[in-house]
Amino acid sequence: VSRFHFEVVVMLKEGLADPQGKAIEDSLPAMGWTGVSGVRVGRHVALTVEADGEAEAHRIADEVAERLLSNPVIEDYTIEYRAEVGS
Amino acid sequence: MRVAVITFPGSLDDRDALRAVSLMGGEPISIWHGDTDLGDADAVILPGGFSYGDYLRTGAIARFAPVMDAVREHAARGGPVVGICNGFQILCEAGLLPGALIRNRGLAFVCRRVHVRIETSRTPLTAGLEPGEVVEVPIKHGEGQFVAAPDALRRIEDEGRVAFRYCSPTGEVDGAHNPNGSAGGIAGVCSEHGNVVGLMPHPEHAVDPDVGPTGGQPLFESLLSRALLHA
Repeated sequence: VSRFHFEVVVMLKEGLADPQGKAIEDSLPAMGWTGVSGVRVGRHVALTVEADGEAEAHRIADEVAERLLSNPVIEDYTIEYRAEVGS
Repeated sequence: MRVAVITFPGSLDDRDALRAVSLMGGEPISIWHGDTDLGDADAVILPGGFSYGDYLRTGAIARFAPVMDAVREHAARGGPVVGICNGFQILCEAGLLPGALIRNRGLAFVCRRVHVRIETSRTPLTAGLEPGEVVEVPIKHGEGQFVAAPDALRRIEDEGRVAFRYCSPTGEVDGAHNPNGSAGGIAGVCSEHGNVVGLMPHPEHAVDPDVGPTGGQPLFESLLSRALLHA
């Protein structure tokens, strides 16, 4: 059994208003940044999965991201495989 | 007549829900999130609060609680299931209700009395009311903005699954009376068959004339008579 490190990014779906992103974007001009737009706030989750191989680890990480880390009604997620971190 | 109220770690309004059932003439039953049955209850309430700290997303972890299998079975049998505030968020996360609740537009936590308009009589909370009737109840939430994908939202509207909308004291639904930016001013929705219903406002805080508005009374009257019928 090896251990594999993943990073999952969860974002509100395109087209859904993001109140946090909007609040940050609205504060930028007052601080002198006028050309910054499209601010969206998401969630970054790092996790380590024990599995027999990278494919199996990826399957588990995907399941965790889909069933718990994100709500498919409002959010999309991406998974990045980082590294095998030893047994 | 027997109404189960589930307590999750972090539930806040379970006591008020139990008390409201009792004040309105029902028999309240307290159920723990680790229980695996609903104690032969006729109806079940998922109360407000911050279950499991609401880490990750509101209701995201509570949805996996052991008791939720019993809630699903009760719902599948057509039994009345009511989610209030965090309970509404849990039912959405569990897929028992459509849509989701995100941060309020404007980000602020909102705590005040609002008016809501009854949109359908097909839910256990509204069976005794007519569409168009208005009740006054409190809200207190930071994540009560109801959202759904455009096609899902259209389906909710077309299938008559909107149960409550925020409105003026005389029943007008408009932006000025929408406290959190919810799509279509939606304050509550129901399942396909109407027996599962969720809402952000708190009818359980509005049954005692000594401590505020009493808009929750007709909703609990409906629930208790419906629960009787179901039994």
